[in-house]
Amino acid sequence: MNATAKPAGNHERRAEVSSALARRLPAHAVLTAREDLFPYECDGLSAYRQTPLVAALPGTVEEAAEVLRVARETGTPVVARGSGTGLSGGALPLADGILLSMGKFNRILAIDPLARVARVQPGVRNVQITEAVAPLGLYYAPDPSSQIACSIGGNVAENAGGVHCLKYGLTVHNIQKVAALSIEGDALELGADALDAPGYDLLALMTGSEGLLALLTEVTVKLLPKPQVAQVVMASFTNVEAAVDAVAKVIGAGIVPAGLEMMDKMATAAVEDYVHAGYDLEAEAILLCESDGTPEEVAEEIAKITEVMREAGCTRFAVSGSEAERLKFWSGRKAAFPAVGRISPDYYCIDGSIPRGALAKVLRRIAELSKHYGLRCANVFHAGDGNLHPLILYDANVPGEFERTEEYAGNILELCIEVGGTITGEHGVGVEKIGQMCAQFNPAELAQFHAVKAAFDPPGLLNPGKAVPTLNRCAEYGAMRVQGGRLPHPDLPRF
Amino acid sequence: MADHFIPDLADRVKDHAARKAALRIRGGGTKDFHGARLEGETLDVAGYAGIVAYEPRELVLTVKAGTRIADIERALAAEGQMLAFEPPGFGEAATIGGTVACNLSGPRRPFAGAVRDFVLGTRIVNGKGEDLSFGGRVIKNVAGYDVSRLMAGAFGTLGVLTEISFKVLPRPPAEATLAFEMDEAGMIESVNRWSGQPLPLSATSWEAGVLRLRLTGASSAVAAARAKLGGTEIPDGTAYWDGLREQRLAFFAGEGPLWRLSVAQTAAPIALGPPQLIEWGGGLRWVRGAIEAARAREAAEKARGHATLFRGGDRAAGVFHPLAPALAKIHRRLKDAFDPAGILNPGRMDNF
Ligand SMILES: Cc1cc2nc3c(=O)[nH]c(=O)nc-3n(C[C@H](O)[C@H](O)[C@H](O)COP(=O)(O)OP(=O)(O)OC[C@H]3O[C@@H](n4cnc5c(N)ncnc54)[C@H](O)[C@@H]3O)c2cc1C
Repeated sequence: MNATAKPAGNHERRAEVSSALARRLPAHAVLTAREDLFPYECDGLSAYRQTPLVAALPGTVEEAAEVLRVARETGTPVVARGSGTGLSGGALPLADGILLSMGKFNRILAIDPLARVARVQPGVRNVQITEAVAPLGLYYAPDPSSQIACSIGGNVAENAGGVHCLKYGLTVHNIQKVAALSIEGDALELGADALDAPGYDLLALMTGSEGLLALLTEVTVKLLPKPQVAQVVMASFTNVEAAVDAVAKVIGAGIVPAGLEMMDKMATAAVEDYVHAGYDLEAEAILLCESDGTPEEVAEEIAKITEVMREAGCTRFAVSGSEAERLKFWSGRKAAFPAVGRISPDYYCIDGSIPRGALAKVLRRIAELSKHYGLRCANVFHAGDGNLHPLILYDANVPGEFERTEEYAGNILELCIEVGGTITGEHGVGVEKIGQMCAQFNPAELAQFHAVKAAFDPPGLLNPGKAVPTLNRCAEYGAMRVQGGRLPHPDLPRF
Repeated sequence: MADHFIPDLADRVKDHAARKAALRIRGGGTKDFHGARLEGETLDVAGYAGIVAYEPRELVLTVKAGTRIADIERALAAEGQMLAFEPPGFGEAATIGGTVACNLSGPRRPFAGAVRDFVLGTRIVNGKGEDLSFGGRVIKNVAGYDVSRLMAGAFGTLGVLTEISFKVLPRPPAEATLAFEMDEAGMIESVNRWSGQPLPLSATSWEAGVLRLRLTGASSAVAAARAKLGGTEIPDGTAYWDGLREQRLAFFAGEGPLWRLSVAQTAAPIALGPPQLIEWGGGLRWVRGAIEAARAREAAEKARGHATLFRGGDRAAGVFHPLAPALAKIHRRLKDAFDPAGILNPGRMDNF
């Protein structure tokens, strides 16, 4: 962490690369002064910071192509950046690299209501799309909690999800086509205006590729008809196991809720203090379960959900009676991160994903580890799809506390792998989870990933060092995890 | 045999890679008609069959790639669930691996998603004989590139599929099929307009001046939509949609060439001569009869899509739509990245 900027010799590189850029871009589109570069030093994972060699802010696809050309001709790595809300350091600059901000690409280019698609530039913010098409009775389904800030390009690069993705899918399910520039200077069109495209599914491959394969310059998103009604059930449980069981029972009853979220007691206390929505502070776990569709469908589904929650032993129960109340019930869950940010100087968000059946077991273990490391942990999850977001509370100013936090987080991620899950459900690997990639994939699988990258980016200049670890790095990681043939913390029980 | 299947398969692939000897991957053989050339010694994968894990409450199913689609659908139906992309099989012996490799999705595709949308993870043996796993058995997973979805539609040219995990969904309780007399242009307008409204649509099909529309969902929602849309309810709806998915309708009978034009759903009628059946809310136009490849491709491009010679006809001229040069370059490199000796189903995708 906290890598320091400016290794020796960087002055000349900076001069070389920035003058090459200045020859091809408008003057205001190339930044080199320390104070101008400051806003680009980190993304949402602010514990990691790095000043880039230079920042480029192209305003057109031609200018973006020029930036890539300079990168290619000078052998300089490039890190693309959307809104910088990423939580895994994907947009963390490189000391010897160009930071390419897509911030100026902020226009919605076309909306076709009959075809239910919108063509947008990658810097358009997620929520802007829904706002623009709402008058047509349409919306863009993926709704990450960061939707007022995050860019659609960043969403594609991370395959972002949201609270509605169990029913409506992730970014990959809601885009139809992208335009991109390869490092070699080719304009690529992946996907199609039709429901499929000839050849390999490169659109799927591009989605979630964290800026390592190509620079996205345009995205065609699918729009859905806005459901006529939505209602949310809020139910309290006196223990986490009962809440987990209720989640399984909802799915078991043949319901795919529009959203199914859980908060534990500490998370509930934090958000209640922040939004005052009337959450039950006595509950060990709160479930929010949403139904949407036609009025008939919703009435039928809410009746079923009610029955299931009661059977599962919920202690308090409420159904939203109005749109205002529905938004109030959701407000806390949507603001969980900032709310937790108020009760602790710093927090660290984890993104493991597990089979739901292992939820109770994993939560128990997270609590044990919390005691072991002496760090508090608030839990919010996308319970319906098994995506956990434990938030570890720490204070970066206490020496050693961040290191302990990272170790705690690493243990949780490995636990996710152990129970058959994954180290990241929606936030990406970035720089943050690069070590745990070595635990999730074997060397042959990692080598296959590197070969995929080389097919798109032969010189290896796009966001190098992120998302996929080198085999050397994994060797170091292995040595670190098993010091002297012992697992760390042999005193702790393992599954 | 099952325990040794993957190691044995990997050894065989390694051996063929060393000798640069082609392998032709075969499940049930029901899709031999589809794709360009069939080359090499047969690699039979139908024997690797069975459900590896199925937890209905997780909405996740993991199967060996040789499992028959019929067996999967039976297991799912017993729990009131389904593969929502309605996998076409084209024969009793059809395996799930073949359907995934050929990227086949049924009538529900525009409303529920394509086969690749439901793939959560795959285990493959690549052209180097390496046993690799990507994705997983969880609904959300963004660790590493999405190689699993890349396998859908790769026709086995990047790896032999051995195991696949899917997201499954509950089977909606009610279904109804409505029929409307409509000309082609009117149908394209109507199905797109309805698709933009909160209606429980799950399939559309138009031929010879008749649009059939399937509604699927909660009983109350289906009833409300039926009242709103009008049309005539037809009693044998389920049989019709099965016939469409499996291409058993009269439209598909006989040996003549069948062109598949995948185009923008809103594209205006495409006049080509031979009769057409149009499904996927206007997005999929089947053309039954001989047309010159260049004409089919040009017409599809004008409609912002692509044309495939799906069945029959002259396969020598290439069956898939040619790729833009920049994409062809990446395809070639990806093929080399997964199968450097070029032994897996060579030529099945024309050049790959
Ligand atoms: C409070 C908060 C809540 C959040 N909630 C959610 C949530 O509910 N669900 C969820 O999925 N995520 C969530 N996130 C994470 C984050 O918002 C998403 O990952 C988002 O998709 C990032 O978009 P961005 O524009 O900020 O991208 P950035 O952070 O700028 O970049 C992310 C990655 O995308 C690459 N990239 C960006 N633009 C391009 C481009 N044009 N071409 C190629 N590569 C590009 C970057 O190189 C980087 O690797 C949350 C974050 C915060 C801070």
